[in-house]
Amino acid sequence: MVREAARHWANEELRPLAREMDNEGKTRPEIIQGLFDHGFMGMEIPEEYGGSGMNFTSACLVVEELSRVDPSVSILVDIHNTLTNNAVRFWGSDELKQKWLPRLASDAVSSFALSEAGSGTDAFAMKTTATESPDGSYYTLNGEKLWISNSREAGVFLVFANANPSLKHKGITAFMVDANTEGVHVGKPEKKLGLRASSTCPVVFDNVKVDAVDILGQVGLGYKYCINILNEGRIGIASQQIGIAKGCFDVAMPYLNERSQFNTKLADFQGMEHQYAQVATEIHAAELMTYNTCRMKENGIPFVKEASMAKLYSSQVAEKAASKCIEWLGGVGFTQDLLAEKFYRDCKVGSIYEGTSNIQLQTIAKRIKEEYR
Amino acid sequence: MKKILVPVKRVIDYAQKIRVDPSKGAEGVQLKNVKMSMNPFCEIAVEEAIQLKEKTKAEVVAISVGPKQCTETIRTALAMGADRGIHVETKPDVRGDYINLQPWAIASLLKGIVEREDGVDLILLGKQSIDSDCGQTGPLLAGLLNAPQATFAAKIEAGDDGSFTVERETDAGTETIKLNSSVKPAVITCDLRLNTPRYPTMPNIMKAKKKKVETISLEDMVKELGLDLDEVLTPKNEVVEVYEPPPRKEGELVGSIDELLGKLKEKGLVA
Repeated sequence: MVREAARHWANEELRPLAREMDNEGKTRPEIIQGLFDHGFMGMEIPEEYGGSGMNFTSACLVVEELSRVDPSVSILVDIHNTLTNNAVRFWGSDELKQKWLPRLASDAVSSFALSEAGSGTDAFAMKTTATESPDGSYYTLNGEKLWISNSREAGVFLVFANANPSLKHKGITAFMVDANTEGVHVGKPEKKLGLRASSTCPVVFDNVKVDAVDILGQVGLGYKYCINILNEGRIGIASQQIGIAKGCFDVAMPYLNERSQFNTKLADFQGMEHQYAQVATEIHAAELMTYNTCRMKENGIPFVKEASMAKLYSSQVAEKAASKCIEWLGGVGFTQDLLAEKFYRDCKVGSIYEGTSNIQLQTIAKRIKEEYR
Repeated sequence: MKKILVPVKRVIDYAQKIRVDPSKGAEGVQLKNVKMSMNPFCEIAVEEAIQLKEKTKAEVVAISVGPKQCTETIRTALAMGADRGIHVETKPDVRGDYINLQPWAIASLLKGIVEREDGVDLILLGKQSIDSDCGQTGPLLAGLLNAPQATFAAKIEAGDDGSFTVERETDAGTETIKLNSSVKPAVITCDLRLNTPRYPTMPNIMKAKKKKVETISLEDMVKELGLDLDEVLTPKNEVVEVYEPPPRKEGELVGSIDELLGKLKEKGLVA
């Protein structure tokens, strides 16, 4: 039912705007409002804070369905729900949760401000600092984050800054920073290959004062929270990639059933049959891998290896599906008349963000090695 | 207003291509592996009930008659805002698309359920279902209940005195009628322009899970209502044949208005 509702909204409200938003490089405010109105932004937040109290799997299904229509919008929903909202839920003090969860559920889009110019995969090499005030009542943040998704729309940033660089990564602390705070400057959005409607901007923190109550969890544990939340977040990315793959099929298959050459529907040529059967099988494998990882997480079974596999594989399948779909569509697949070319551009970052494919391979290898030692 | 009943029917989704298997005769319409959804006119009825509930705090009860999957249809109504549901469960092979269950059976069941519920002010139904397209259940129910009725409602206003003023869409134009407030319940069937049904939101889907759905087998309900099971399950009308409409013939291209007129005259369509 959750899937149906998300699919319905995506098809009726999002699909008509997907191409325009991509052209404009902007997500329309009415879409953001629609996301909040329909409960897509506070999915796992408990009802008492104004959320829907749904489980992780349901949230992933929503991300998948939205991705099937517009991955730029689904990434906003994914980052917000699987990274920020869940981090606040897991490690926030009662006071922090009271302060932020209702806003996250109703009107504040969030950004996950981790990466910098000098620290992507090597996230802990970050240079943004957080200096404690003499009385300990606030911290002053200084630094520049880069590649921050949702930043233009964000009402709040979950910022990772080092409160004690001499401790190396064990000084990293997570802060909830209201976007309206003096000293927070969101720069110009990057001009990207894909996910063009998703704002990806540098965010400068210039002597930004953050109340100590806005520290997520404990000082110096930010690195742990970061690793843990990204381990789960990548299941959301896997869901996005699967949605992209299915979205491509939604464009290509009706066309293959319609279009004829040599008096034969394209879908009926055996060569075509073999190709789309193969890709469909791989999509199915990717979705099962992802759903199973959701199941493991929800049942308290360690899932780090499986989450990495799901993200790695889904992003590969999405790229292949997008590429093949354009080929199957022929010339028109290469034009902006259809959404296929957009999916092809949108999927590419799947093997890059929230942990590059190389990192996923290393994570998987590490676990396998250990299993056999 | 205290209580609104909304019967909801599970039918083949409106966007699905209907497939007919000629070897199956009257039961030719394929139901296997076909996406099913709430009848669009029933969705409109549910939406109207929720809107009335928002104004009057009435309780909205969704009812469905059919196989076990009808609980999903009821859950959709609950996720839109209905308060509880009643599922009269039929055996899996009982078809609702005019083959087994027909409007008379449904109307008879609904009459019994209305009396069983007690205190029902209004029954809102879709004007017709998109599978059998009979449009009979509402009027039959009104007849059985001796209820004031308005069909094809495009606008409904609930008066403080318990009356309903309804704008009806007819072929001759829009007609406004007032349903007598002293006779309860009233029966109104809903047409396309009445409203735009809301999507279930995530919070409402979650809330719907906690709402009560009473499931009772057709056999037990029939017994409870004092009806005759055979009477209910024996269709009053027999489907003789089901076939796909003949494919549209190709048209003819004409070069000028004169040629068009000539062709029309030829076919006797114009004097």
